[in-house]
Amino acid sequence: MTELERHQYDVVVIGAGGAGLRAAIEAREQGKRTAIVCKSLFGKAHTVMAEGGCAAAMGNANSNDNWQVHYRDTMRGGKFLNNWRMAELHAQEAPDRVWELETYGALFDRTPDGRISQRNFGGHSYPRLAHVGDRTGLELIRTLQQKIVSLQQEDFQATGDYEANLKVYAECTITELLKDGDAISGAFGYWRESGRFILFDAPAVILATGGVGKSFKVTSNSWEYTGDGHALAMRAGATLINMEFIQFHPTGMVWPPSVKGILVTESVRGDGGVLRNSEGKRFMFDYVPDVFRAQYADTEEEADRWYKDADNNRRPPELLPRDEVARAINSEVKAGRGTPHGGVFLDVSTRLPAEEIKRRLPSMHHQFKELADVDITAEPMEVGPTCHYVMGGVEVDPDTASSVVPGLFAAGEVAGGMHGSNRLGGNSLSDLLVFGRRAGMGAAMYLDSLGANRPKISEADVDAAAAEALAPFELEGGENPYTIHQELQQSMNDLVGIIRKAEEMEQALSRLAEFRGRIAKMTVEGHRQFNPGWHLALDLRNMLTVSECVAKAALEREESRGGHTRDDFPGMDAEWRKLLLVCRLNADGSVDVTKKDQIPMRDDLLELFELDELKKYLTEEELPA
Amino acid sequence: MTYKGKFRVWRGDAEGGDLQDYEVEVNEGEVVLDVIHRLQATQTPDLAVRWNCKAGKCGSCSAEINGKPKLMCMCRMNTFAEDEVVTVTPMRTFPVLRDLVTDVSFNYTKAREVPAFTPPADLKPGEYRMQQVDVERSQEFRKCIECFLCQDTCHVIRDHEENKESFSGPRFLMRIAELDMHPLDAADRQKAAQEEHGLGFCNITKCCTEVCPEHIKITDNALIPMKERVADRKYDPIVWLGNKIRRRA
Repeated sequence: MTELERHQYDVVVIGAGGAGLRAAIEAREQGKRTAIVCKSLFGKAHTVMAEGGCAAAMGNANSNDNWQVHYRDTMRGGKFLNNWRMAELHAQEAPDRVWELETYGALFDRTPDGRISQRNFGGHSYPRLAHVGDRTGLELIRTLQQKIVSLQQEDFQATGDYEANLKVYAECTITELLKDGDAISGAFGYWRESGRFILFDAPAVILATGGVGKSFKVTSNSWEYTGDGHALAMRAGATLINMEFIQFHPTGMVWPPSVKGILVTESVRGDGGVLRNSEGKRFMFDYVPDVFRAQYADTEEEADRWYKDADNNRRPPELLPRDEVARAINSEVKAGRGTPHGGVFLDVSTRLPAEEIKRRLPSMHHQFKELADVDITAEPMEVGPTCHYVMGGVEVDPDTASSVVPGLFAAGEVAGGMHGSNRLGGNSLSDLLVFGRRAGMGAAMYLDSLGANRPKISEADVDAAAAEALAPFELEGGENPYTIHQELQQSMNDLVGIIRKAEEMEQALSRLAEFRGRIAKMTVEGHRQFNPGWHLALDLRNMLTVSECVAKAALEREESRGGHTRDDFPGMDAEWRKLLLVCRLNADGSVDVTKKDQIPMRDDLLELFELDELKKYLTEEELPA
Repeated sequence: MTYKGKFRVWRGDAEGGDLQDYEVEVNEGEVVLDVIHRLQATQTPDLAVRWNCKAGKCGSCSAEINGKPKLMCMCRMNTFAEDEVVTVTPMRTFPVLRDLVTDVSFNYTKAREVPAFTPPADLKPGEYRMQQVDVERSQEFRKCIECFLCQDTCHVIRDHEENKESFSGPRFLMRIAELDMHPLDAADRQKAAQEEHGLGFCNITKCCTEVCPEHIKITDNALIPMKERVADRKYDPIVWLGNKIRRRA
């Protein structure tokens, strides 16, 4: 029998970003004993990197805003591929989730009348993003972290133990989910510090592990984003959808090389920043697609007027959804109109006074000054696309966040459907809060329905999980995991990146097959205590599975939509809109992709759109009579 | 622009360890963390280091570089001469786990001892009204990325293990100030700041402010005003008289 520490919980939340923490708060408030397990220290999760804000139709900055408008913007941004029920719940519940944060102690920037200030962002019809300068993610995570502490303080008052009902297991990685028959029975992992194994006996597991960006070379994502939740879910028998849709954020840093990919917030454009090519031209006017022509300005004069008078002018094309802007930048650079370091210019220095830039974009000012020796109040930034977000994820029930596996839930970036083929900026932080809470509620309801039939842990499965985790130590003379990781990132970047072609993706798939063989034979040096080489070796398995999903689904979908652009199928195809590509794991560990019909949108939601707009996206039969 | 940099990195664990010398490639525009990563990828795959965002936003990669508490991701290599030896050691105030990774649980314990934001009883969610100018004071402190460099450098605990029990450190004294200055927080925090969290230990040498990567004016804007609030309360003659009378009764 494997030697390990064992814990019993009602709910185990994997991941301590916004979605995980909000889920844990909910589960604990529903009276469930809850563990939060995270790879980093508490409060360091990737949510801290979110800059611009949290989209919620509170109508503080423009009273015309409401959930219906937010819903429409979200569906347009995702090119109508979104799970409409998720988009509906999200738009309806986001304001309550933001206001709730104030009761936890959050301090958002204010409007002159003392309410929460809201800023403009790409694809949002009105100023909608609650924000704190350009460090909104930090505010969100700190607020949720402090709410967790406050619940622990309540438990301390009641029981004398801070961790009686809610405990954080930091720097702890889950490597396998365990099942009893079809249902989840627990989770197996290791402490990063000691390398010792840990077992959670729990009937409900909420995945909140974020995204997959570390499979790509140029990314805004941190080392944690290795697709753990995606891969854990698949190995447990759950399904993933929309994996072909990867968001390349249009503005990542391109220089110096060591910071290539680090995010430059969309707020720069929301607050007036413009994109120019090496000829000094504001090129985005040339890239407004037909579906968006009615909402975007066609002259610089109108675009500039919009910042002052949004009701009577159309939006600047710099604020198109992210997929459009990223593709435009890509085309400009390819056409030879890029900057010296292969990006385009993003300029706010000629658009706002220096003091105003420092006040509104303090961390951008700081980041460029410290990392690139660029003063953004005096000169333009150089920016280019960076892998930022995966729209795809675990297929879930919109209302409860439950996957197809009983007891397995998913929320935040690891869940799929909400954002369709492309996520709007600002919709991620609100997604975390809305569906984090729903996952906590869903898990609590599931537990209540279980009664005394608690699934049991199989010791044989525990032994197998332990053997699997130690496998990289068994071999000698194999490859170093860092080398394989770098090659994997390069392949995904080059072959399944922002613009895709069938033959390149086929090439990617054959490389992935080759990596699979090499990963099985790699060697880890040293011992189990805080050994980053070993940690990477284990995470690589997940990156490989996820990369295979992305490449296979991308090869399958023969159209271009949102975060999936095919050079060989440049158009958007209404027949494809009706279809989801569902990824499952075969018994041999390979990925299987099947087509599945989307559930048609409810009539009252269809009625929120003009018929002319629906015609751009839906097939003849789908249109309302 | 590429050159062989000389690095001296502390390797070891709780049992002990020492500085080890490495020669490693350094390229234009890189930061210390890039070089540490290159060491991992090419020479020392088991070198333990904590990091996340690599953009100065998460506060994970704190260490001491040539003796100064810094974030490795924000320390540029062009601040050193090419032939200069760059020494990287773990934060001294916290127990070493391995190599550059320390046990920072002290901070999480202290965080838990500061009572949470206490919402006003009469306001429902969505009814909070605050002026920008009033939230800005606390917002400055909420820029904190919890890198714990201020805790690391603070002489009250840096070489005085015995003070850790009764001193929360600049980070959490600032957290108390943040809540005390929150326009809608309903709790009274001043007495506890002095008596439970050791505000009096701070003799405003501003070392914490100097190392803060977020450039928060910890001493001037949080600790000194907090000391003034505590002193005002303690030495206010009317409060003093009131306490005397109540005690007699």
